[in-house]
Amino acid sequence: MAPVLTQISSIPRVSNASSGWSKTLERLGWTLGSLLAFVALWHVTAIVLQNKYLPTPVAVFDVLLREAASGDLWHHIGATLARVAVAFVVSMFIGSAIGLALGTFRRADRFFDTWLILFLNLPALVTITLCYIWFGLSEAAAVTAVALNKIPNVAVNMREGARSLSRDLAEMAAVYKFGWWKTLRHVTLPQLAPFFAGSARSGLALVWKIVLVVEAFGRSSGVGYRLNIAFQEFDVTTILAYALGFIIIVQIIEFTILQPLQARVNAWRR
Amino acid sequence: MAALAQSSGVSDRSDGNIRIRVARKVFPAVGARVDQVVLRDVAFEVEPRSFLVMTGPSGCGKSTLLNIIAGLDRDFDGDIDLGPGRDRLTYIFQSPRLLPWRTVEENIALALPDGDPRHGKIAEMLDRVGLSPSANAYPERLSLGMQRRVALARGFILEPAILLMDEPFVSLDDPTAHSLRQLLMDLWRQHPTTVIFVTHDRAEAVQLGTRILRLAPGQASVIQDVRVELSPAERADKSAVAAEQARIFQPA
Repeated sequence: MAPVLTQISSIPRVSNASSGWSKTLERLGWTLGSLLAFVALWHVTAIVLQNKYLPTPVAVFDVLLREAASGDLWHHIGATLARVAVAFVVSMFIGSAIGLALGTFRRADRFFDTWLILFLNLPALVTITLCYIWFGLSEAAAVTAVALNKIPNVAVNMREGARSLSRDLAEMAAVYKFGWWKTLRHVTLPQLAPFFAGSARSGLALVWKIVLVVEAFGRSSGVGYRLNIAFQEFDVTTILAYALGFIIIVQIIEFTILQPLQARVNAWRR
Repeated sequence: MAALAQSSGVSDRSDGNIRIRVARKVFPAVGARVDQVVLRDVAFEVEPRSFLVMTGPSGCGKSTLLNIIAGLDRDFDGDIDLGPGRDRLTYIFQSPRLLPWRTVEENIALALPDGDPRHGKIAEMLDRVGLSPSANAYPERLSLGMQRRVALARGFILEPAILLMDEPFVSLDDPTAHSLRQLLMDLWRQHPTTVIFVTHDRAEAVQLGTRILRLAPGQASVIQDVRVELSPAERADKSAVAAEQARIFQPA
């Protein structure tokens, strides 16, 4: 039932500002080359097998263009992205708050650690079905289900961040009378930034996969919904076309928003 | 309320001395180890604008004492009266403790309150410590010696009344440590302030201090309290420093 979206995970990290254009080009060349090789392999396999359940990349691309031209693609991807955005923001916010509290207060951590493990190991499918049963097939239930799946991850990450806060720097801030706002902005948040960025990137990857499942279950729009329809019709070409469209959008977000953000946050590193 | 009134009454004394009295400082037991007494009956006064060096073997409680004086460690028996300069205290730590995600200039500026007129003096301070070319560099891209210059600049930009320093020149090569000591002496002459400086390096103690306090190993207590009789010129002279060192640290 759950659509499996393979993510292109071999994107090199942009961390060093001093890496020149030639390196960027070289990296781009490798990415392009490996992509082309993948598409070629797919194409040859499809032609050799001649099976209607394995369309050629050309056929998939055609459907993608057709869906884009009709507007269906944008409608569904837009709906999915909106859910991803809301669920992501909500889970980052609540997860960070819980994580920081647990990382700061030892007793709370001792008590709630078990709860956290419980929720970490709760299968996404269980949260989703329960949310729909308890709160009805609503938008709020869908977003809640996704957030509930992500919050424990963020909390665990941010708890680690809070635990690793430097006592040396906290003492320095106290001696130099930074006050709470300056301490938060210049001492605490920069130390948490890598943990936050880590949660954000892994979080986004998790959130949109779960959003698709939620949509397939109980929504009448979104990529997940469209994939479910295609599944019922055994329409592999449409499934692959939507998967492809979605991967492209996600990679654009990764390249234009997440990676530059991470590079900026890490500019001071040696 | 009563305690508050009493302490403000005490610090209205005319001499302005810093009065330190630590009756007992204990590190609580961890695991199988028992409570460890780090400081016992350490009491002394520091005159304004003197350069007091505390020296003693590693682990004798020097850094703990500095943390207590700085108000970072309040879990001890005794009392600390910092006198009229209590609100203008800075602390230069053993490691530079700079914010790695802020540039050299930002690190210094952050020590000043927002809108403080001394923000205008940062460029001059950078020049004095020889960091003008690195003003916009991130600390981790600088050598340890340079980072320590930043820490010095950050300490002195505040024009402190009390300056605490915890082995600020440790683990540097000799020439670097020497030039930093020279820099510290210049800064201190331009801005005379009460310094409490901790080191285990006897030559450094003699070269910098106007007074040396020797702490005993183990449960630290003061075993010697002497004045250093050296002129500024003699402090630059290695043999004069060595002779004074021999006088002060003669075997008991």
